[in-house]
Amino acid sequence: MKKGKVWKYGDNVNTDVIYPGKYTYSMLEPDEMASHALEDLDPEFAKNVNPGDFIVAGRNFGCGSSREQAATCLKYAGIQAIIAKSFARIFFRNAINQGLPVIQSEEAARTIEGGEEIRIDFSKGKIRSQKGDFTFSPYPASVMEIIKAGGLIPYTKEKIKRGKLGK
Amino acid sequence: MGKTFSEKLLGAKADREVQAGDVVTVSPDFILSHDNSAAIIKKFQQIGVKKVRVPHKIVIVLDHVVPASSEKYALNHKIIREFVGEQKINNFFDISTGICHQVFSEKGFAMPGKLILGADSHTTSYGAFGAFSAGIGRSEVASLWATDEIWLKVPETLKIEMEGKLSNGVFAKDVILKIIGDQGADRANYKAVEFAGKAAQEFSIASRLVLSNMAAEMGAKNGYFPPDNKTTGYLKNRAQQPYEIVSSDSDANYESILRYDVSSVVPQVASPHTVDNVRPVAEVEGLKFHQALIGTCTNGRLEDLEAASRMLKGKKVDPSVRVLVIPASREVYLQAMRKGIMEVFSEAGCVILNPGCGPCLGAHQGILAPGEIALSTANRNFRGRMGSRDSEIYLASPATVAASAVEGKITDPRKYS
Repeated sequence: MKKGKVWKYGDNVNTDVIYPGKYTYSMLEPDEMASHALEDLDPEFAKNVNPGDFIVAGRNFGCGSSREQAATCLKYAGIQAIIAKSFARIFFRNAINQGLPVIQSEEAARTIEGGEEIRIDFSKGKIRSQKGDFTFSPYPASVMEIIKAGGLIPYTKEKIKRGKLGK
Repeated sequence: MGKTFSEKLLGAKADREVQAGDVVTVSPDFILSHDNSAAIIKKFQQIGVKKVRVPHKIVIVLDHVVPASSEKYALNHKIIREFVGEQKINNFFDISTGICHQVFSEKGFAMPGKLILGADSHTTSYGAFGAFSAGIGRSEVASLWATDEIWLKVPETLKIEMEGKLSNGVFAKDVILKIIGDQGADRANYKAVEFAGKAAQEFSIASRLVLSNMAAEMGAKNGYFPPDNKTTGYLKNRAQQPYEIVSSDSDANYESILRYDVSSVVPQVASPHTVDNVRPVAEVEGLKFHQALIGTCTNGRLEDLEAASRMLKGKKVDPSVRVLVIPASREVYLQAMRKGIMEVFSEAGCVILNPGCGPCLGAHQGILAPGEIALSTANRNFRGRMGSRDSEIYLASPATVAASAVEGKITDPRKYS
């Protein structure tokens, strides 16, 4: 069971407000990236977020650019997982590839409120909130392997080492 | 039951029968990246292999911040130039060429039946040529450079059947804004879009690129047009390789079929701060703005510049407005120059910038101050995208943007058409 406080946002939280384009091509350090996380949506977030917090949001979280830093900066800010009604497809891939769990649950995203403390059990696929429990389906095996490895880069490194490349 | 384009193409790549929902491991035909290649190189080095697996599949175009606007950007470009030299990546296009999606098309990499993946969300553009092309992240590109394989889910397909003929003063941009406004920014999330019907075939290659490019703004994984003689004509003397046309079967299974009569579409404007916040131009007419942008991977091609220049010929832009014009590539720039279009822009008082992404992503060349409003031909109007978080972006066609620049306020271009 992992426990943390919730930051709640609405629909269509896009990659530009998560991590503005003006920072994307200048290779910033993790602390610096974390300090700009969600800058154009909620300037209070980066100042007050604590390691282990969760984000709960509406539909189409992470829509827009393919910039991976939208996932990375939230991870560096200490976000443990994101629950949303739905995710934009590239953000979904990017988050998994950074080892940042993303959970799609319409009901949990609708019910859980900002500021409350929730618990997530990843192995059982369970979210516990003040207003009740929610379940989510585990990832497909191929995705789980990437998360277990800590992201795509360590996963690929391992795969090459084991000589497990196709063709 | 027949198969969709996506099922056929990904099945052929995976060398087995697949259907929507299946997960396949595939090797793409081409892998695109741009200025973000510097960050990708860093990740590639973390993987620990010395050489990229297939150098000729890699295409790198410098376009996002060109020429470099700061020492940091300059260093990124330098890292990329050194890397492509060491790795013998021949498909490298330096800062003089243009926006990656336009360059990739002009240089003949975007071909029917190819699987193209790119570290840019608007990689969906090459669906205009009948390719399966999707945006991916940087780690995925680094991993592809090292391994030449990636997992993809075979998407369901949303078919958009278009009939009718566009009215004067109405363009591909208005059609796709109308569709996104009706359907919402996540309607095609995780899905493929297929543009079909007589009106789809009527669109020029440049117009098809507008729709395929903006399919990304509905969340689509790709935005396919069935190839025809316009496609093969464009690719004559350009295609990098032999190619085969892949099309959906007539009895393919679609998630939904949406029907649009494009003859009823009027000029559209997307208001801040989401691309699906769309209404007819009449509802925002009269709104004053500070900066106009004509260009980008969505609307920086010759037909776009021509449409804009028709609004500006013999006129001056309103003194309250700054107008930035950015041809999508050097090829477009040269064509426009030879046709006298650049002269029209300059005489009207526009600022002509070098081919590239320019201010679309807020990195340089025309950042917005707090309280400022831009009217742009780009594909995104997210809060803060072009500068201050207290600025606003409206999106429209090149004709609407140019006509509005003359008046200093948003206006309907049909009165000048």
